[in-house]
Amino acid sequence: MTQASSDLHHLSVAELARRLRERKVSAVETAQHFLARVRAHEALGAFVDLNEEVTLAQARAADQALAAGTAGALAGVPMAHKDIFVTKDFVSTAGSRMLAGYHSPFDATVVSRLGQGVAGGVPGAGMVTLGKVNCDEFAMGSANENSAVAPLGHSGPAPVRNPWDNSRIPGGSSGGSAAAVAARLAPAASGTDTGGSIRQPASFCGITGIKPTYGRASRYGMIAYASSLDQAGPMARSAEDCALLLSAMCGPDLDRDSTSLDVPAEDFARSLKDSISGLRIGIPKEFFGEGLAPDVRATVDAALKEYEKLGAKLIPISLPRTELSIPVYYIIAPAEASSNLSRFDGVKFGHRAKDYTDLVDMYKKTRAQGFGDEVKRRIMIGTYVLSHGYYDAYYLQAQKIRRMIADDFQQAFKACDVIAGPVAPTVAWKIGEKADDPVANYLADIFTLPASLAGLPGMSVPAGFGAGNMPVGLQLIGNYFSEARLLNAAHQLQQATDFHLRQPEGI
Amino acid sequence: MSTPKLVQGYEVVIGFETHAQLSTQSKIFSRAPTAFGAEPNTQACAVDLALPGTLPVMNKGAVERAIQFGLAIGSHIAPRSIFARKNYFYPDLPKGYQISQFEIPVVQGGSIEFFLGDEKKSVRLVRAHLEEDAGKSLHEDFIGQSGIDLNRAGTPLLEIVTEPDMRSSEEAVAYAKELHKIVTWIGICDGNMQEGSFRCDANVSVRKPGGALGTRREIKNLNSFKFMQQAMDYEIRWQIEQLEDGHAIQQATVLFDPDTGETRSMRSKEDSADYRYFPDPDLPPLVIAPEWIERVRSEMTELPRVMAARFVATYGLPEYDATTLTQSKAMAAYFEAAAQACKQPKLASNWIMGEVSRRLNAGELGIEACPVSPMQLGSLISRIADGTISNNAGKQVFDALWTGEGSDVDALIKDKGLKQMSDSGALEKIIDAVIAANADNVAQFKAGKDKAFNALVGQIMKASQGKANPQQVNELLRQKLG
Repeated sequence: MTQASSDLHHLSVAELARRLRERKVSAVETAQHFLARVRAHEALGAFVDLNEEVTLAQARAADQALAAGTAGALAGVPMAHKDIFVTKDFVSTAGSRMLAGYHSPFDATVVSRLGQGVAGGVPGAGMVTLGKVNCDEFAMGSANENSAVAPLGHSGPAPVRNPWDNSRIPGGSSGGSAAAVAARLAPAASGTDTGGSIRQPASFCGITGIKPTYGRASRYGMIAYASSLDQAGPMARSAEDCALLLSAMCGPDLDRDSTSLDVPAEDFARSLKDSISGLRIGIPKEFFGEGLAPDVRATVDAALKEYEKLGAKLIPISLPRTELSIPVYYIIAPAEASSNLSRFDGVKFGHRAKDYTDLVDMYKKTRAQGFGDEVKRRIMIGTYVLSHGYYDAYYLQAQKIRRMIADDFQQAFKACDVIAGPVAPTVAWKIGEKADDPVANYLADIFTLPASLAGLPGMSVPAGFGAGNMPVGLQLIGNYFSEARLLNAAHQLQQATDFHLRQPEGI
Repeated sequence: MSTPKLVQGYEVVIGFETHAQLSTQSKIFSRAPTAFGAEPNTQACAVDLALPGTLPVMNKGAVERAIQFGLAIGSHIAPRSIFARKNYFYPDLPKGYQISQFEIPVVQGGSIEFFLGDEKKSVRLVRAHLEEDAGKSLHEDFIGQSGIDLNRAGTPLLEIVTEPDMRSSEEAVAYAKELHKIVTWIGICDGNMQEGSFRCDANVSVRKPGGALGTRREIKNLNSFKFMQQAMDYEIRWQIEQLEDGHAIQQATVLFDPDTGETRSMRSKEDSADYRYFPDPDLPPLVIAPEWIERVRSEMTELPRVMAARFVATYGLPEYDATTLTQSKAMAAYFEAAAQACKQPKLASNWIMGEVSRRLNAGELGIEACPVSPMQLGSLISRIADGTISNNAGKQVFDALWTGEGSDVDALIKDKGLKQMSDSGALEKIIDAVIAANADNVAQFKAGKDKAFNALVGQIMKASQGKANPQQVNELLRQKLG
């Protein structure tokens, strides 16, 4: 291994792409370097599947494209994909026994766009798929303790560990993505965010992650949890990297996803360097109440002070229905999930119980065996709230409040350009600490749920360290289609601080 | 509405739900083809199989066909309609839910008008909504197991729902035939009932006249007009018997067995599932702008009832004739060509509804296969109208045209010597000869017996070998005897 390649894992996506373009390093060399790191850090439980042959073949193709001058913008840079995106060459399990060993006949649009495929006539960015990373089963969870899939090097299901403290959770549901990036096993990973599943693990693992406006990134090939909320986004170390990745991921996919927005792809990195002097940052009082841990509060306050130094103005605002976002989310998301997961019935693909007496028995045993507790819990909640006689009181009512929550944001954006606050009330907790207390897990989603329900873009930016020297993220929420401005604000903070450059010990 | 016909003192109340398969090339939410009869599971793509990560995308062609239907029957086209999920588990339902329209359908209201005998009927529609078909479970051929064919899964359907406006099985069948005519006329459905492209469910109940609506039972999947009639008649008799025996009717879904001619219960109301309908979050509301509706309207073929009204106004036809002639596009086109060729629309109508239809029915032929062209029929009618040949001679010419004995009307008239006598001198000679030879009849007529006159006419016609104009014979004979 050359001197140049021994520290490849410290390079940002932007820098790696530059060196690959300049042919200072080859894509094959890069892929081999990261594959070796993944193998060396199997104990983290971040990866669930590798296919070295495919990864190296993609790397060779990237090298050829780079040599021919036909390469995409991010050609040869390795990328890990959350195992909620379906892929042809890797398993697609959604962290569930139901899909153990399942291979999809097609790649998700996001995978094609970042990779070497063609999606909607647009050639991909040329990235190399490193492997699939763990997640909570069907993206339901905020600790990555709900995966039923055995990570690489493990004989059975095992929790993903936080690289900053192996006894702690990485957050979820994109926990494998966050842990892989934080441990420098991949320069970047895809994530999905339904109620905070990109932002919260990014915060817990000290990396940067953004969930774009609902409809920006195609949902085709994302195994659905809650259709009206699910949205893909990139997770990387810096805002600049996220901007590059997001530019490649987004764009209309109208032939395959009806909820895909007909807005052209953008260069989200175009305004990273703009000054944020005069930027009005809204501070919602409801995000700084009793439930917020003092260490998190102090860290977030310090980051906000940095913004003031950069010339931004902090404007007190109110998002009065913040608390209601928890019950609203935990009605709507399970309702949609209960229906989305009906296709897992043992008839066509995935797990089917071995012994059964008749059709209904086959359904019951298949689903009882195939789904984990949290998934079953949400299917039951969702089935209940959609049932005859309860629909109006739960589902319809929740939809009404959801619209009010979205209206509250529009009211707030009259007075500010972006909204800032904590991502989560605490730093990452200990593995097992809340495993038997679903409600405690649900309550911890309070700050990420409002933007999800409103379909707004939101991100987590490393803001410092709290209790146990664990990372704390600052959440930035923007109005619809304001991703470039969010990334600009995040990048400016990252020019003034180095939290996003710090790395966990022992990696 | 006229006084309803009662069956054993009961009034019959029928409402219909019809699933018309829309004639799109691809499925309603995927690009897989819809052609009938392919090998199992060869026309089901990843979306139809509900593979993880797949999503539905609306086929605009299906929406256009729904708009066409709505325009054809005077409905309101909803500017914004909603797709919902109907959740239930069944092996031939790949997603575990069917995408359908529930609260806000695309087509709202409207009516279907038709003749039952010579009585004009109108059945109001509640709605017509877009939905996807399920696959098929194959219970034969797999010992101890069932096979699933998902070729049909995702086929676009328009479910057309009426008010309970029909009062007899005959009326309901006439409605179904009229609906079938409309959907095939405007080309949104191929109407093939054997292949399941047009399937009806009949909601049947009976009540004492003036009473509240009875409990209904729904007969599912009636795919021929004959079975439809048999099934409803059986069901009506069965319900009346139950009531007469003092049993209450339980709401149920029943199937008709053509072999036994009976209906049998599939499931009762108690078994009915809670479908947990909710708006499909994968599909935004279906928005139909007025411009879209206008474009569809401008591209639409002339509708049967508009055409019928035109036949009344332009050709002076009675409404009954106009409605009958617009039973199919081909029939209407045949009429128009014939009427324009002879400038005698009513005669053309009479011939088509009479002799032409009789011959077609006897040969089980459609009008498209009629061996006599509308131009030939037109010249034939012209020759009758201008007195060249008699009506009876016209039938002989028609026969010759039908069998292919000849193709030119005038040549056939000449060859067969069918031309009527126009020379009154020659006719007078015949009449004089007949009067002279039939003194008895002449005497009887003069004594006041009209029958004797007819006998004389008959003799004259015979003597003229049928070529005399009967009207002329009448006049001349009366003069001579008068």
